[in-house]
Amino acid sequence: MSVPIRMSQAGPPSLALAGMALSSAARWRPGLAPASHSEIFSAGGEAAGAALALSLALDGMRAQGVGPGDPRMILWVQDRAALRLGGRPYRPGLPAELRGRVIHVAAKRPEDALFAMEEGLRCRDLACVIGELTGNPRALGLTASRRLSLAAERYGTPLFLVRLDAARDMSSARMRWQVRSAVSPPPRWNPAAPGTPGWRASLFRARAWQEGEWILHDDGRRLVAGSTPPATPDHGDLVHAAGDGSLASF
Amino acid sequence: MAIWCTRLAMDRWRHSEACSEGEGADARPFALLGETAHGQRIEAVNAAGIAQGVRAGTRLTDARSLCPQLAVALADPAGDLAFLERLAVWARRWGPWSAIDPPDGVLVDVTAIAHLFGGERAMLEEARAIFARRGVGVRLAIAPTSGAAWALAHFGPEQAILDAAEPGAPGPGPSASSEAMVRLAPLPVDALRLEPDVLLLLRRLGLKRIGDLYRIGRDALRRRFRARHAPDADPLLRLDQLLGRVPEPLLPVVAVETPLVQRRLMEPIRHRPLLDQVVRDLAEEMGAVLERRGEGARRLELGLWRVDGEAVIRHLEMATATRDPAHICRLFAARLDDVDAGFGIELVRLRAPWRESNPLAQRGFDAAAEEDGTSLAVCIDRLSVRLGEEAVRRPATRASHLPERAQEWDMPLAADSSQENLDFGKRPLKLLDRPEEIAVLYATPDGVPHRFRWRGGLHEIARVEGPERIAPEWWRERSDARLRDYYRIEDDAGRRYWIYRHGIVGDGRGGPPRWFLQGLCA
Repeated sequence: MSVPIRMSQAGPPSLALAGMALSSAARWRPGLAPASHSEIFSAGGEAAGAALALSLALDGMRAQGVGPGDPRMILWVQDRAALRLGGRPYRPGLPAELRGRVIHVAAKRPEDALFAMEEGLRCRDLACVIGELTGNPRALGLTASRRLSLAAERYGTPLFLVRLDAARDMSSARMRWQVRSAVSPPPRWNPAAPGTPGWRASLFRARAWQEGEWILHDDGRRLVAGSTPPATPDHGDLVHAAGDGSLASF
Repeated sequence: MAIWCTRLAMDRWRHSEACSEGEGADARPFALLGETAHGQRIEAVNAAGIAQGVRAGTRLTDARSLCPQLAVALADPAGDLAFLERLAVWARRWGPWSAIDPPDGVLVDVTAIAHLFGGERAMLEEARAIFARRGVGVRLAIAPTSGAAWALAHFGPEQAILDAAEPGAPGPGPSASSEAMVRLAPLPVDALRLEPDVLLLLRRLGLKRIGDLYRIGRDALRRRFRARHAPDADPLLRLDQLLGRVPEPLLPVVAVETPLVQRRLMEPIRHRPLLDQVVRDLAEEMGAVLERRGEGARRLELGLWRVDGEAVIRHLEMATATRDPAHICRLFAARLDDVDAGFGIELVRLRAPWRESNPLAQRGFDAAAEEDGTSLAVCIDRLSVRLGEEAVRRPATRASHLPERAQEWDMPLAADSSQENLDFGKRPLKLLDRPEEIAVLYATPDGVPHRFRWRGGLHEIARVEGPERIAPEWWRERSDARLRDYYRIEDDAGRRYWIYRHGIVGDGRGGPPRWFLQGLCA
């Protein structure tokens, strides 16, 4: 399911103008190399921001040809407010290929979180850095944002910065997303249950891409964009987990 | 090395009065008093008081009859002990390990240290000069065992040195420490550190010197004192400890080969840039030492000795063994911000008490690529130095049914010991530290709620999966812990949560069950 589907040409008039100016720019689609510095705006009362950040990170890793055997860790930085608002990463709930590979940093202040993110970007042994900050802290001005962008470009470690309950302030991020949860498709065998998680993500500012809106979801092997996620069989990932082995031995 | 402060209490009093020996208040007879059940007793007397016939141990009234003009003050044994503790830490300038020897002594392990000070003789001379400058009267001695050093400091000649002919000679052979036996023989039996009643007994038996004990068979001594088991009541044990025939657990064995580099500074330093330079020099030297040994340091200990008798110790632990001077300096830089230099720092020492093998490796052909970016271990070190050890962690699973207990936090670079759980029940992406109570509206108390209110927002539940019942872990919890029924839900806006009902109606463990929101699903 390679390509895009479509999205409403939403947005304020100024954005529409910018979109016309960039009409020659290509449309973003999943499966491309990740931007060095992405910002993801989301509400604090849902996990859509972190989930999309993880999916984009995984998508980027797959695009670069590193499979599930990649031993590199990912650094997940949260400041105290984000930790209180959205909770900590929970290992059994992480995507299977990231489960053993998360290093978590609980920073007290936003300044410490920015320091930790920058240190992580400088590290050549990390696959990516995920940051979560709440609101619009004074420490995260345009200068700090630019520092992060430069470090991410210089050392080639992608940064996904999740902004919880934040206003769209000045930033030097290459791609800026606004995301919220999308209603999931009913699973085939239990239509009353929540299905494969999907997110309604709108790209409202990007350097090389047109603005647009997608409904994204991760089907376990790749990131898929579609107007509605397909109904998935309710096999509980058993076949996937058993691999070549017998299901009975599982 | 044993350090015996001969007149500790009087020296401290004189220091508080700010007068040197024999001048000012010290020129008149003076005594320090202690309270006993039989009235005030004199604990310490100055030289002028001794000249008038006042002795420590007499009652104040008796002393006043001899010397009516005697001035007194209360002794401060707690202050003396605190001073001694500080002194013991400070005395580590002569060795990496020291112990208090109450009431007025300090023992320092100077094994393999003396050459840094130009030999044992020069070391004692330096120590004597420094103590004289501080106005503390001491007697010093160096001997192969702590017992012998103590005995020589208290009863031997001034600044005695007993050469370690064979320091660790095992076995009880008398020849191993024959020189020590000869040197210690003329000392009185008091040098054995025994209880007063044992000493009295020995004297009554006619055994006044240590040499007298040599002539008596071990069997006879053991039989005579067989009922006594405490070390300070058993002359035979004390004698063996003195001569090094049995180990004395007071002094732990310090690994002599701990890499140690130090700088003694001609001019005490008070400013940070100079200190940074010294630390840089030490780190380079330590790096060279460790490289020779093919090791890297996991823990480093930086000691700063101040002119005014204080010592500051800073510890550093690293995620992996390293000997990179630049890295060590950077880590220490954060730790030295709050050091109070006082009147200046005169001695800086760097030790590596915990090391791991870190052999030299040839740099790869893509060494240039390594210039880009730091390694993971360096990154973790820098994060945990600035944010604290607790802040940088890695989630690991643990055998437990309760979701919040099924995850624990490990050291970031520890081997991953987690076992993957069977994930039949889907788990949320993020877990709140503390489940938050929600107000629910339901049709039946045992069923799924229709809507709930959380953090002031109203959520209409559209889809539900559950319940997944998790019973309390009775082997860990109180008997009235309630079970939980977990539901994975999605609200009308598509937001997915993990909520649970705490208990069921009529389980006899509290009132109507309450609802909590514990996790946020992807």
